[in-house]
Amino acid sequence: MQARGLVKKYGDREALRGVDLAAEAGELVAIIGPNGAGKTTLLSILAGIVKPDGGELGVGDGAVGWVPQQAALYRRLTVEENLLLFARLEGHADPRAATEEMLELCRLGERRGEIVARLSGGNQQRINIAIGLLSRPTVLLLDEPSVGLDPRQRARLWEFVSGLAARGTAVVFSTHDIQEAERYGRRLLVLADGESLFDGPAEELREAVRSEAPESADRDFETAFVAYLQHRGH
Amino acid sequence: MRWLLLKDLQILRRSPLQAVLLVVYPVLIAVLVGFAISRGPEKPRVAFLNEVPADTRISVGGQQLPAAGVNERICSRVECVQVEDRDEATAKVESGEVLAAVILPADLVDQINSLSTLTPGTPKVEVLVNQEDPVKAQLVDERISTLLAQANLAIARRIATEGGNYLDLLIDGGKFTVAGQTFPILGLRASAQILEALEPALPAGPLRDSLRQVGSFAAQARDNLDIAGPLIERLAQPIEIEKEVVNGSSPPLEIFAIAVAATLTLAFVTVLLVAGSLALEREENAFPRLTRGLISPVALLAEKVLLGMAVGLAVTLLLLAGMQLFVPLEWGRIGLWLLAILAGGGALAAAGAALGAAAREVRAVSLLAFMVTLPIAFLSLIPSGAVGSGVFDLVEIVTAVFPFKPALQAMAAALDSAGPGIGGPLAHLAILIAAYGLIARLALRRFAAV
Repeated sequence: MQARGLVKKYGDREALRGVDLAAEAGELVAIIGPNGAGKTTLLSILAGIVKPDGGELGVGDGAVGWVPQQAALYRRLTVEENLLLFARLEGHADPRAATEEMLELCRLGERRGEIVARLSGGNQQRINIAIGLLSRPTVLLLDEPSVGLDPRQRARLWEFVSGLAARGTAVVFSTHDIQEAERYGRRLLVLADGESLFDGPAEELREAVRSEAPESADRDFETAFVAYLQHRGH
Repeated sequence: MRWLLLKDLQILRRSPLQAVLLVVYPVLIAVLVGFAISRGPEKPRVAFLNEVPADTRISVGGQQLPAAGVNERICSRVECVQVEDRDEATAKVESGEVLAAVILPADLVDQINSLSTLTPGTPKVEVLVNQEDPVKAQLVDERISTLLAQANLAIARRIATEGGNYLDLLIDGGKFTVAGQTFPILGLRASAQILEALEPALPAGPLRDSLRQVGSFAAQARDNLDIAGPLIERLAQPIEIEKEVVNGSSPPLEIFAIAVAATLTLAFVTVLLVAGSLALEREENAFPRLTRGLISPVALLAEKVLLGMAVGLAVTLLLLAGMQLFVPLEWGRIGLWLLAILAGGGALAAAGAALGAAAREVRAVSLLAFMVTLPIAFLSLIPSGAVGSGVFDLVEIVTAVFPFKPALQAMAAALDSAGPGIGGPLAHLAILIAAYGLIARLALRRFAAV
């Protein structure tokens, strides 16, 4: 996936100002930044939900899977009914086989008959991701996938996502959690007020933080990152 | 689209309260309307105190008229609660047990009889009402005024009839009984004949001329008084009503009531279901996922409209089947019923889709649907002449832009074989389907906003 110079305006407000992003097969790219930085807008443009006002976007041959921040599934249907519905809508030749595959992938086979509303937030998020994978995407976009999950659920989620990347899926995810981005993102894109401040590996971001905010270099990475943003005027 | 339709039905099935309401609501409406139209209106309860002595009669020219049956006439139109005295009448009105009390005072007949004397009185009937409820007070005023107008008319007719009889006696002669004694009355007709017969027997001269003049007067009086009889009878009811329908052939009341019940059911079920179902796509965050290539917004709208039409059709047919218990319906016209239900359901579903696309949450959209549908339904039932012309023009415009009224007209036309054609309402509904479909499509753009 290649995006160059993406621009998006809502009225007078510029949500994105010429942002570039690239994701290779099997790569995990984290988009980080404070609230209102443009993370969701960027992912929505990459997903094709929102049209950009400027810039170029190339997706390649494969499909793009999109997993919104809030679980986009029907809470009054069962796990299996949700997967089967979206498998049918995706036009799978054998929607039941695709459903079984996803049930196995998200390890919810035993709970297939349960109403989604009765599942934990973590399990709902796994189904949410599984629905995003039904199109067998080469690129998977995750919008703050770990929000609201407890540490154990988060660990399971990232184990699941890392497994996808290991099988060759390019994963682009947004997060507030700098430590999560550092831990799971092979590359980090820092956004603030619609502007791209950094794009590179976590080690390079640490180096950039140390050089631009040396007074915070000895503190934890999150505190140093906030100081870095302040130094950059955000 | 069929998978989404199946999904919506599954969700509906998983919401037992909604599903039960969808079935219970039309059945309840059918039973209520059925009872209402099969039992007819209840008579209002009115306390009745007749203080007029039983043997008192209205008299004309010293003759007592037969009883006009005012008691029976009043009590045939209201449920009379006989009371012993005015205290009891007052207590019943105050407690709300009766709508009003009618008291015929003891001197009522004397006062009526005084009208033909040199010192006429004013006959009065007392009416006690409870004014705590203005609507009830107006209803009572109208009922009592109507009853007394009918009583006045009955008495006037009786007097006119007796007057006509006296006139006949004067013209044709006969027997007249007063104070137990019977007197023969010669009559103008016989008088004229006698005078005509006498005239040739008299010698020519002033006496014969005078006799001729008297005979001529008797003949003229006879001929002219002949037309006075019908005139006196007409005085009792000088104006007759000649009703001619120049616009709109209204269906029978029970058919109209069924059409109203069916359209109300169709409107609430369809608008609420479609609006709620569409809002649910947003509440569940599924809309962006669906419209990312899985289904187009237009197809999604079409699926919701189809859902509304299908459920609305089933529920409305269930209601009509329930109504059959009370009023026989022409099932041979079921083709037209289906047409009316589908067209009405389509337009109402499109309106529901527009409402559903305008709100973010199912609860908000449900409230909005109620707030729009209920007043529009009431406005659609206002007949011309019930309000000022300016207000009625406004009501016409408002009800024309919402599908309830044309759906009601289509339903009434489909149910009533003697009613107006269904073409006009169907064309109206087709226009509304297109208009609300367009509005819903434009409103859906808000759904995509992040």
